[in-house]
Amino acid sequence: MKRKKHWYDYLWIVSLCYLMLGFLNILFAWLGLLCFFIPLLISIIGGNKIYCNRYCGRGQLFSLLGGRFGLSRKKDVPNFLKSKWFRYGFLIFFFMMFFQMLWTTWLVFEGSSNLKEFVTLLWTFKLPWNWAYHSTTVAPWIAQFAFGFYSVMLTSTILGLVTMVLFKPRSWCVYCPMGSMTQLICRVRNSKSCSAKMDSFSCSKGSISS
Amino acid sequence: MEKAIPPKKKASVDQRTCVACGCCIKVCPKNAIKIIFGLFARIDPVKCVGCGLCAKECPASIIKISEVHV
Repeated sequence: MKRKKHWYDYLWIVSLCYLMLGFLNILFAWLGLLCFFIPLLISIIGGNKIYCNRYCGRGQLFSLLGGRFGLSRKKDVPNFLKSKWFRYGFLIFFFMMFFQMLWTTWLVFEGSSNLKEFVTLLWTFKLPWNWAYHSTTVAPWIAQFAFGFYSVMLTSTILGLVTMVLFKPRSWCVYCPMGSMTQLICRVRNSKSCSAKMDSFSCSKGSISS
Repeated sequence: MEKAIPPKKKASVDQRTCVACGCCIKVCPKNAIKIIFGLFARIDPVKCVGCGLCAKECPASIIKISEVHV
């Protein structure tokens, strides 16, 4: 049975465009905030993970590359990768790096640091990215945030691509910090409604299917 | 002589390790999977035909196909 395609099945195009736009003009990196706030708001307001389930363009991109294009070994992910320790540890690490990026932006905003036209890959490798920064009309901190945020997005894409090739196409979903965070929010939000009903079929309110 | 009924295959999810990504929903030909409260996937055993597509797709490999005697 072939599943009917919806508009949201093509959000991988948006993800791909976002990655390419960062090579043209770094200021487009700001659009990536949507991938942060939309899943957060959905989980806080709606109490579900419909963003992961339906609208995650990055997941769709991995699915397409690893599935249809065959760029994945389709092997099981190692057990440590799906352990709670690793998932939440990676979430904390990711957040620490995110706040460090915000701190760097703050220093540029204050004027105690100069704009660094680098994209940092895997939190280590600084790649000159000045060719994607043409603007002198925006404040330096706006550009600094864009460089920092694009570093986060590109780093997570590379990690996702590596685990896509080594394991299953959407292995990134197993340890995605946004996925872990939204699941944590759902757990807190729905703890009363669902904890006692884990194995009962009466727990169908708030469920998502295709 | 009465014919023995062959065991049916059904999928089951390890709810404790499920990351609720929803990859399984997309491949299920019977619409038998739901994500409950953004916490884990649940498979309706009545609808499930044990085809194994969800188990193959699951990035965490936590869906198992097992024989169920009816």
